[in-house]
Amino acid sequence: MRAVAIATLIACYCVIGAEPARLSPDRLARAIKAEEISIPTPGELFAALEKPGKPNWSGQYREPIPMTYRNRAQIALNLGGLIADGFVAVEAKDSQQVKNIGSDIIKLSKALGVSENLLRRGNSLNDFAENDEWDALQEELEATQNEVKSSMQTHSDQDLIILVSVGGWLRGTQVVTSAIMENYDERAAKVLRQPALVSFIHSKVNGISPELRDEPLVKHVDDQLVSIEKLVSFAPGKAPTPDEVRKVNEAVGRTIESIQGKPDAR
Amino acid sequence: MKLRLSILLLSILLACGSPGWAQSDREVDARKNALELAGAFTNDGFKMRDGHWCGLLRPHDMALIAVNLYAGNQYWFSVGAVEPAKKITVNLYDEGGKQVPAEKYDSGAKAAAGFSPTGSGQYFVAVDLLEGAESNYCLVYSYK
Repeated sequence: MRAVAIATLIACYCVIGAEPARLSPDRLARAIKAEEISIPTPGELFAALEKPGKPNWSGQYREPIPMTYRNRAQIALNLGGLIADGFVAVEAKDSQQVKNIGSDIIKLSKALGVSENLLRRGNSLNDFAENDEWDALQEELEATQNEVKSSMQTHSDQDLIILVSVGGWLRGTQVVTSAIMENYDERAAKVLRQPALVSFIHSKVNGISPELRDEPLVKHVDDQLVSIEKLVSFAPGKAPTPDEVRKVNEAVGRTIESIQGKPDAR
Repeated sequence: MKLRLSILLLSILLACGSPGWAQSDREVDARKNALELAGAFTNDGFKMRDGHWCGLLRPHDMALIAVNLYAGNQYWFSVGAVEPAKKITVNLYDEGGKQVPAEKYDSGAKAAAGFSPTGSGQYFVAVDLLEGAESNYCLVYSYK
């Protein structure tokens, strides 16, 4: 009986004192990384940002961007940025802004020839905005982004898909850093630590066709991603300081400026 | 919310009927199972992310998927599998490979893990086949 009790105690001790399981670096390196699941949406980023307190979302709007781009890479990058703008408008619960951005998304998509199913999405965005259905709007925006990407896949424009994600991430990060700079909070600032995400995006950009990768705008964005990756590599658990947030904001701001810059006639 | 979930499920089924769609029936069923499970969390205010990952689950060969999460958010990772998978489980690991404590839900070929990261960055969702044979699985996640 005594032996059983001791054995039980030892077993309990082993369970309580057991170290949590750990995976080797080699196993982690072989993990699946896929755009569909490994790149968060702007909605997820904004949800985390507003936990400590609601930011001034409408204060993060930007001037309308040109709709006359002819360079496909530039259109794809700006499409991603516009979708992030759509999420900002949803957070601000601004139905007119959602409609305006929805209409711009359709215009840019048309320029890429990927708009057939998107017209339906554009109508849904309008309907949901009209009825103040904000949760549905957010889902519709995510669906719109996926529709753009799947349409690109169908049109053999796979290389443009990652550029939509890049544009969205950059614009989302610009919005978040601006909001944090306006009202610094350590908890909100913690959302900026994403080195693995930027590294993944960068690796995907490196995987696109050499012709597209050599385009000056794509090359510039790719170079900027290298610097941005360093800027968002904060130590785990440490919140970036206001100065570090400002540096990220300046870097993504410069990149967004080049993306939304004067339409290229090529 | 239930109506939207039904529309989502219906659209998946319709999409599968369209030519050129590469998903197999088993993959569709696995995704349907994952969405059904994730649908339960929407009642608690979780938003389902419109994106998923489907793959093959083999005995003694954990599927490991990288995700990037934000501190402050709460997440549920829902996985659905199909026969001949009998029992699966989901665990979460941080970027250093250390298992993180998570709320768990296991029910045969459906399982989920819930987690609120205190730090932003890369995490890993591990899906294990505990009982049964090689099968399709699908992962979706929700956040709030």
